[in-house]
Amino acid sequence: MMRFILPFLLFAILAGFLFKGLSNVNNNLEQGKDPREIASPLVDKAAPDFSLPLLHTPDKKFAPGELKGQVWLLNVWASWCGACKDEHPVLMELSKQNLLPIVGVDYKDKREDGEAVLSKVGDPYTLVIADADGKAFFNYGVYGVPESYLIDKQGIIRYKLTGAINAQNWSEKLLPLIKELQAK
Amino acid sequence: MRYFYILLMCLLPAFAHAGQAKDIADDPVLEARMIKLAEKVRCLVCQSEPVSTSHSDWSNDVRAIMRDKMKAGATDQEIMDMLVERFGKSVLFDPPVDKETMPLWAAPFALLLIGGALLVYQLRKRRGLVAEAELSAQDAARAALLLDESASNQEKDTNA
Repeated sequence: MMRFILPFLLFAILAGFLFKGLSNVNNNLEQGKDPREIASPLVDKAAPDFSLPLLHTPDKKFAPGELKGQVWLLNVWASWCGACKDEHPVLMELSKQNLLPIVGVDYKDKREDGEAVLSKVGDPYTLVIADADGKAFFNYGVYGVPESYLIDKQGIIRYKLTGAINAQNWSEKLLPLIKELQAK
Repeated sequence: MRYFYILLMCLLPAFAHAGQAKDIADDPVLEARMIKLAEKVRCLVCQSEPVSTSHSDWSNDVRAIMRDKMKAGATDQEIMDMLVERFGKSVLFDPPVDKETMPLWAAPFALLLIGGALLVYQLRKRRGLVAEAELSAQDAARAALLLDESASNQEKDTNA
């Protein structure tokens, strides 16, 4: 009897894992369990430095050092990015709460296109910088948009989110971490 | 007219050229070195494809950055280290053996060991079962009788 039960049990366990991996792929994606996601080696490292022009006023520049002493969110987006449109309402909601500075990075985008999107759907950002050729944010390990980085008071990356911010990862992951980092 | 369109369609595969992603190469030696190195880098947005052949935007960027770094005199190792620093070891097609990747490298050998142990165990058990089947005197006598019978039957068959 064992001869039949054992292979069946093994099969059932394997099938269970496969099912878990494949079922509800969207849900998994939202929870950040994307199989394509890679762990960022930049977490707990100093945020790479850059000096980039602001989107609205290109003659002014922004460098991450200016926000030292504050916990802030760096959100990489683009006018050509589909998932950014899903993320946008969440960011609008967050900006209303005025919890922390949200710095937007208009990534590999034309200035006009980026500005047009923001003026049409609303601007959730404390300030927006433009990385037109994507070179500066290559250093942040950006390989898809949107991506978000949570940076602490000392300028160290504490969390990286590949994909859109949504109500779930905000309340379960980002918000508790922000509160914790702000209390430090 | 319909046949003309069909013939036109037949030309389509000619445009489906899948070659090395072309970039502006003003220095063929450097380009060859870059492509060779890029073959070892995984394209993160296309999966299972090296940066050297990928046409994705990200791969184009990586190649451009490799080219720039090489022009600036960086060694292959420095470029690889730079990529690993930003994207993690998973950008390498051939990840180094270290604490983090140890399970990955050790798993096949561990499985082989477990499999081998199970095989040995099963074989031992089977040998025990075979050894147990010893003939009693009674059985031996019965077997001799049966063999005799079939031998004489066979004789009859050949005589007939």
